[in-house]
Amino acid sequence: MTAPHSDYRLSQLDQLEAESIHIFREVASEFEKPVLLFSGGKDSIVMLRLAEKAFYPAKIPFPLMQVDTGFDFPEVLATRDAWVDRLSIRMIVASVDDAIADGVVVDDGKTSRNRLQIGTLLNGIEEHGFTAAFGGGRRDEEKARAKERVYSHRDEFGQWDPKMQRPELWSLYNGKIREGEHMRIFPLSNWTELDIWHYIHQEQIEIPSIYFSHEREIIERDGMLLSASDAVQPKGNETIEKRTVRFRTVGDMTLTGCVESTAANTAQIIDEIAIARVTERGATRGDDRFSEAAMEDRKKEGYF
Amino acid sequence: MDLLRFATAGSVDDGKSTLIGRLLLDSKAIFEDQLEAVEATSQSKGYDYTDLALLTDGLRSEREQGITIDVAYRYFATPNRKFIIADTPGHAQYTRNMVTGASTADLGIVLVDARHGLTEQSRRHAVLLSLLRVPHLVLAVNKMDLVDFDQETYTKIHQEFTAFATKLNIPDLEIIPISALQGDNVVNRSENMPWYQGPSLMHHLEHVHVASDRDLVDVRFPVQFVVRPKSDEHHDYRGYGGMVAGGVLRPGDEVIVLPSGMTSKIAGIDLFDQEVSEAFPPMSVTVRLEDDLDVSRGDMIARVRNAPTPSQDIDAMVCWMTNEPLRPRQKLAIKHTTRTGRALVKDVQYRMDVNTLHRDQETKELGLNEIGRVQFRTTVPLLCDPYSKNRTTGSFILIDEATGVTVGAGMING
Repeated sequence: MTAPHSDYRLSQLDQLEAESIHIFREVASEFEKPVLLFSGGKDSIVMLRLAEKAFYPAKIPFPLMQVDTGFDFPEVLATRDAWVDRLSIRMIVASVDDAIADGVVVDDGKTSRNRLQIGTLLNGIEEHGFTAAFGGGRRDEEKARAKERVYSHRDEFGQWDPKMQRPELWSLYNGKIREGEHMRIFPLSNWTELDIWHYIHQEQIEIPSIYFSHEREIIERDGMLLSASDAVQPKGNETIEKRTVRFRTVGDMTLTGCVESTAANTAQIIDEIAIARVTERGATRGDDRFSEAAMEDRKKEGYF
Repeated sequence: MDLLRFATAGSVDDGKSTLIGRLLLDSKAIFEDQLEAVEATSQSKGYDYTDLALLTDGLRSEREQGITIDVAYRYFATPNRKFIIADTPGHAQYTRNMVTGASTADLGIVLVDARHGLTEQSRRHAVLLSLLRVPHLVLAVNKMDLVDFDQETYTKIHQEFTAFATKLNIPDLEIIPISALQGDNVVNRSENMPWYQGPSLMHHLEHVHVASDRDLVDVRFPVQFVVRPKSDEHHDYRGYGGMVAGGVLRPGDEVIVLPSGMTSKIAGIDLFDQEVSEAFPPMSVTVRLEDDLDVSRGDMIARVRNAPTPSQDIDAMVCWMTNEPLRPRQKLAIKHTTRTGRALVKDVQYRMDVNTLHRDQETKELGLNEIGRVQFRTTVPLLCDPYSKNRTTGSFILIDEATGVTVGAGMING
């Protein structure tokens, strides 16, 4: 038996963990059909770990759903499968390719896979009748997200209306929804990028290998370092180079850039993040660069 | 490292965004790409200076109108502490947002403009913070640079506010003269105000003692989720998941389960795959009992001779948060800890003027952003404590059953 806290104070990580577990249990108690949206990235995996803790020794009482863009990193898919196996949790894959084939979303050759995820995701939620969907969004990621509630209401079109958000007081979450509506749930709202890394380090959580420094063939495009693959080939005078890199976020290969880094373990990553001068999305996400309100606009349409 | 949550309040022009911008900037919580975006926007709008408010106004409509319309949460850390700011809008019509931000805060900062002194707004914010039992209050007398760092101006505001605060419940008050724009007494002590001997704002935020603000005496454990693995390995496991709302629980303690009144002993407390020797707020744990009682979500575990009183007659201060007024005979859904039921408004005893603390007993309604004392009858007994004793077991929310919207927040009297 352990007595970790003789002065009855919780460290901030323990406090964040306790609050997230509270949220997972609250949703599992009050919603008929929750689902955990899983991208395979570090935040998703921390969510899985917290859900595991919330219900232990029982199994996590809801499935995972991954929106497969068709351009996911193989390393990410491998880690996903390892977690699914270990937790014996049910996994649903909502595929963008299938959604295109079924006419749910339209690939006009210009729209990014990231945007096509919106329709694919909403279709997946509707098809399975999910009433609550956990997302790994954190308020520190972006200024529109700083405004988001832990329970974020979505209407029957899956839309977010920032002006109509429900006030959220104490730890009393209001999960009332009407037919066809659903709630997005953000258990990591109050975590920062650094908290996530400290937690991964403390708990020794298995995450995809691409977060750690490795040699990779990359193409430099608009100041971003993209991974060379079938989907990303050199254009114009671009060339393929070998560089020592790692990823700060993982998303679809066509839009997610990596950073040059020699950080090969979680302790080194923490040191690197602590002095980073650019946000994780600013450094590595093409999708947020379209306009100042790019995230807000996507969220209103139903994005995470 | 521990965590401090604070809420900021103040009128639109009191420099709240500038102060938050400075706290974030000086603690290096603003990244280059964010700052560049703000600089570019400031320039394109033709401003002479970088508008730090653009860092915090996250929504398109906020930037268009140049005002903050909703609570936003922001994060920064120093080597000693991590901070969560509930950045609440100052507009009078957004009292509900101020209440929302204050409900989880350990500390509240009220900004005043040194040139104007205390306004109705500053008094209102102090009243709300005291009503919400935010244990620590800072009055930040801002824009000292615009009054030539004059000590007398500060002393006058200090005296006026201290006199006003005696009417409120404010256990800890600090009054700090600052200039958010120039950074005086924000992070570093100001050389412009040698007459001020107190701490800088950041120093105070880093050192204010918050650990004793929780109730570690009265055991309150609202049962949130019954953990019953249907597996061979854990066939007989039956645990009660929840977040400790008060007191310290230990294995071997004699406990009572409410509302049934059955008693048992704590067999063990689990934190994931480990057993722990004690649990205290705000830990999320799983409690096992020695006896096989019928315990479900909404029940509460407490100590045998120290339990909350189950009651269907609730007397509370209510902050009303929607356009359609609260009226006698109205029926609403109520959520209190992990228990939900329905509530009937029996009576509106008075409406409180948050500027003067006057109690208006004539009006029997509460409009948007109004606060009053209301009596309810509930369908299920609530296992409650006075809000003054426990912010978790003393609070509830009211939900409109037709729309599902949260329409009110209540703090139980007693």
